[in-house]
Amino acid sequence: MIKAILIFNNHGKPRFSKFYQPYSEDTQWQIIRETFHLVSKRDENVCNFLEGGLLIGESDNKLIYRHYATLYFVFCVDSSESELGILDLIQVFVKTLDKCFENICELDLIFHVDKVPNILAEMVMGGMVLETNMNEIVTQIDAQNKLEKSEAGLVGAPARAVSAVKNMNLPEIPRNINIGDISIKVPNLPSFK
Amino acid sequence: MTLMSHTKPYIRKKAVLIMYKVFLKYPESLRPAFPRLKEKLEDPDPGVQSAAVNVICELARRNPKNYLSLAPLFFKLMTSSTNNWVLIKIIKLFGALTPLEPRLGKKLIEPLTNLIHSTSAMSLLYECVNTVIAVLISLSSGMPNHSASIQLCVQKLRILIEDSDQNLKYLGLLAMSKILRTHPKSVQAHKDLVLQCLDDKDESIRLRALDLLYGMVSKKNLMEIVKKLMTHVDKAEGTTYRDELLTKIIDICSQSNYQHITNFEWYISILVELTRLEGTRHGHLIAAQMLDVAIRVKAIRRFAVSQMSALLDSAHLVASSTQRSGICEVLYAAAWICGEFSEHLQEPQQTLEAMLRPKVTTLPGHIQAVYVQNVVKLYAAILQQKERAADTQAAQEVTQLLVEQLPQFVQSADLEAQERASCILQLVKHVQKLQARDVPVAEEVSALFAGELNPVAPKAQKKVPVPEGLDLDAWINEPLSDSESEDEKPKAIFHDEEPRHAKQRPPEADEQELARRREARKQEQANNPFYIKSSPSPQKRYQDAPGVDHIPVVQIDLSVPLKVPGMPMSDQYVKLEEERRHRQRLEKDKRKRKKRERERRGARRHSSLHTESDEDITPAQRVDIVTEEMPENALPSDEDDKDPNDPYRALDIDLDKPLADSEKLPVQKHRDAETSKSPERQDIAVVEKKSKKPKRKEKKHKEKEREKKKKEAEKGVDLDFWLSTTPPAATPAPEEPGVNAAVASPKEEQEEPRGEEQDAAEDGEQDLEKKPSKHKKKKHKKDKEERSKDQKKSKKRAPPREGEAEPVENGALDEEPLPPMSSYSLLAENSYIKMTYDVQGSLQKDSQVTVSVVLENQSSSFLKNMELNVLDSLNARLARPEGSSVHDGVPVPFQLPPGISNEAQFVFTIQSIVTAQKLKGTLSFIAKNDEGSTHEKLDFKLHFTCTSYLVTTPCYSDAFAKLLESGDLSMSSVKVDGISMSFQNLLAKICFHHHFSVVERVDSCASMYSRSIQGHHVCLLVKKGEKSVSVDGKCSDSTLLSNVLEEMKETLAKC
Repeated sequence: MIKAILIFNNHGKPRFSKFYQPYSEDTQWQIIRETFHLVSKRDENVCNFLEGGLLIGESDNKLIYRHYATLYFVFCVDSSESELGILDLIQVFVKTLDKCFENICELDLIFHVDKVPNILAEMVMGGMVLETNMNEIVTQIDAQNKLEKSEAGLVGAPARAVSAVKNMNLPEIPRNINIGDISIKVPNLPSFK
Repeated sequence: MTLMSHTKPYIRKKAVLIMYKVFLKYPESLRPAFPRLKEKLEDPDPGVQSAAVNVICELARRNPKNYLSLAPLFFKLMTSSTNNWVLIKIIKLFGALTPLEPRLGKKLIEPLTNLIHSTSAMSLLYECVNTVIAVLISLSSGMPNHSASIQLCVQKLRILIEDSDQNLKYLGLLAMSKILRTHPKSVQAHKDLVLQCLDDKDESIRLRALDLLYGMVSKKNLMEIVKKLMTHVDKAEGTTYRDELLTKIIDICSQSNYQHITNFEWYISILVELTRLEGTRHGHLIAAQMLDVAIRVKAIRRFAVSQMSALLDSAHLVASSTQRSGICEVLYAAAWICGEFSEHLQEPQQTLEAMLRPKVTTLPGHIQAVYVQNVVKLYAAILQQKERAADTQAAQEVTQLLVEQLPQFVQSADLEAQERASCILQLVKHVQKLQARDVPVAEEVSALFAGELNPVAPKAQKKVPVPEGLDLDAWINEPLSDSESEDEKPKAIFHDEEPRHAKQRPPEADEQELARRREARKQEQANNPFYIKSSPSPQKRYQDAPGVDHIPVVQIDLSVPLKVPGMPMSDQYVKLEEERRHRQRLEKDKRKRKKRERERRGARRHSSLHTESDEDITPAQRVDIVTEEMPENALPSDEDDKDPNDPYRALDIDLDKPLADSEKLPVQKHRDAETSKSPERQDIAVVEKKSKKPKRKEKKHKEKEREKKKKEAEKGVDLDFWLSTTPPAATPAPEEPGVNAAVASPKEEQEEPRGEEQDAAEDGEQDLEKKPSKHKKKKHKKDKEERSKDQKKSKKRAPPREGEAEPVENGALDEEPLPPMSSYSLLAENSYIKMTYDVQGSLQKDSQVTVSVVLENQSSSFLKNMELNVLDSLNARLARPEGSSVHDGVPVPFQLPPGISNEAQFVFTIQSIVTAQKLKGTLSFIAKNDEGSTHEKLDFKLHFTCTSYLVTTPCYSDAFAKLLESGDLSMSSVKVDGISMSFQNLLAKICFHHHFSVVERVDSCASMYSRSIQGHHVCLLVKKGEKSVSVDGKCSDSTLLSNVLEEMKETLAKC
């Protein structure tokens, strides 16, 4: 089972973290820090596995990580996961991110903070690997995005209408009435969805 | 549950996975749901199948035996499935199942080996090998054909290890060590490979290889391996790894009672060599080994003592260079060995002197204490020697030396050293008196330390069967009280006895010997730095219990002489070859003797049984340690079972150590980076802070700015970047010339007069815009203070944040200086006057922007009574002086002589800022020249872009991330192709023209932030590709965002 997925940059700043076991926030921070210290001092050309009872209390945990440009992707897994398999999984994850965000960069993780967990959720669920086929994942993500857009279209429409009217430079029309009219309509609209 | 049979595989898949969590939460749900789950194993969709396998594997891992019934199903899956991921999972599951059902293992081996042969995926191969190993382990022995599969595994692992991929190498070694546990022989064949791995760059691979080596050593290759390790020790640069090597060498050599060591002289010299290492933490380990070997291997003592005295002689080398590192622990052992076995010393006098050097007092207390004690032992030996030679003169000299030198120890800060020293000083003084009267004292003094130490197995005491009628407490306490009371008594008996023991070796050990051994064990424990549990009084520590005879011990039949000391003295050859030949010669008679011995020993030698069976080479020295002394007829107890575990326990520690160490190193590194960065960072903060000042308000400000500029100039390029990210307000003059040369050149010269003018204006007339500006100034100040506080606070609170900014700074550091930029754009122009303007939002006043208009007189006339008027829209209004109507203009507070330019500011109030807009306006003025004056007018269109409503606001990346996390921002993006500008300049452009600040920058990607005057957050992610730049934006108002992005697109398109 995958215990945690951590992504941080070369300076140890966490960019993304997902824990599949409950830890307090402090512990999470501690784990990230510890992991960073372990991982960051390793050379480029060494193997990508680290052993150690790092996540509090469990000794068969392993850290499997990959280093891409400025980011470390660290998966903390227990003995039931195949090391090489997880390495592949990380690769798939990164490729998927790259596909979704074009030319992925660490700041994407911050900027698209809403989407990254979704992508990950397509691959890993509750610590278990759900899907390893990149195309499959991308299709699902695209489907989600489409759905989101169509929803945003519906929800966003009234707001846009309001702002459009607001911005009209028509001094003749008494403003308050105009806006009042439309703002009454606003709550009704989403129900049509 | 119903979802599990949903028509869409996607949903089925997820439902199956979720079941696992449900099971965890409600275990009772497992039974009803399980048949469904089982069905899913045969789902047509591979995704669902793998999900089901996943779930069952997870379940089975916790309690595998409940899932044995599924084995046939899995078996079928395994043979049919092509999905590697699923296969790996299944194979892993089988690995967990086989220990429970050996028959399953037998069945598995064949398909697994087939898979091993056929698969190309390394991960699958590795898992197969792993499971085969697990199967083989569970099968134990008894399968005739499993050696073939072992061979196959080892072969495949060899391929893995030989692979250039570090990961495969590592895994290969890992699996290898698993095989090693059960089939050491098959791994030993690949020793060369493992040794090769020791040269690897990767530390974890080297450590793995070391672990493997531990299991691979034999009598034959020990020296070779250790030699190799020693060269590595010399080469190893990191102390952590070197320490690791050192412990490994010692572990390897000392494993199972030094069973692989054939030449202890060699081992001692290795240990001595190890002491030369700088900065190791394992001095105590080496010390313990030295003590152990010296005590337990009688034949080696002479050699050991000579080595140790050499070590003591050069103690200053060891102690001075690495005082704190712990290698001086070795001196502890050296001193003790020299003292205890002083009879072997060649030149005791010299050693004595070495031990009494004043330098010794700088050593740690416990070592000093040992020194003191052993000085006396040496002294006793010398006395005896001298008296035997009837050299009273020399004997008295030695005493004198002692009397002179001991006081330095009496002053020792360490209590124990002090106590011992003062005790012994008195004793020596007493001896001196006796000597003066020509009384022979040597016998009595040496009697203090008579007796021999024998090693006792750590468990010996427990193994002694409790004899009838023996009260264990009394048995333990008596020797203690005895030894205390009999300090003074001469114990000549013991001393006499000792040689006799050595010579004749009675076939039956008497109680004395046994008791003595017991005593010795206590001493050993006391000496052993690892074993300090009780602290016996220093006085009795090194004195043998004389009254041992009284101890009620059971008569135990010690059937064999434990050692044949002295006999193989001739074998002490350092050269390996000679040694080998000799060994072979010896081997024959030894074997004979051994047989005899073995018959007699019977069950006693249980701990050494495997030793003998495993290889036939007999050690050169007869090592009495082969069996750590076990009390005879000791009961084989459960604890012995732990023995084979010892190496693994050791492994545990080994693994931990680098971790613990590693924690320290990087922390330091990190700190360093931070602290080195922080001053810079502070500077920047200062600049940022300053940059928030309203500009062009007053002379003072300008002066400050100028100072600041100076500073900035000093700080160099990186600040240039920062400057440009700050609002143009902070960087007025130097940036203008490039774009607007016409305006700038006169303007720069004019800065001084302008200030004066402004002063004058202030004094003279009630200026409209001055008022708000004063207000603003105050506010600004407050703001500044607050902000600087904030910044300080945030710095204190979260030091890592400073690190965060690093990427940005770094990015700024190394890139070329920026081209000059100006945000002023042309407003209107005629033959008299040219107007350029810039719009700045202010965060202080909601919905207000300040338009700075630079008016340049292009004519030869004198321009005065300038008045600016704008046709207000509903959305934007010019702030006019109180009492004036909407149609009144705002007077410009200065006049323009020919060729002069000056700047006036006008404040506009804006209602909605989400869209851009244009305002029509007129500037009216009177142009006065020699011929008279004319009334002139200049129309213009004031363009308020959306960016002009944005105010550069610095933002920490934490806050930035939080903002984005909040999720109530709408998103849109633009992409501009064909951009050749450097990313650095691009960012600067965006910062400058669109009032953004860089939050973070990584390579060709940056996140930026800005805030509108009405408090909308605007976040950008700018990425540069080969030829294009994409800008993703998020903003709390989607219209504003799309407008800003459009404007940005225009800017970028010009690049």
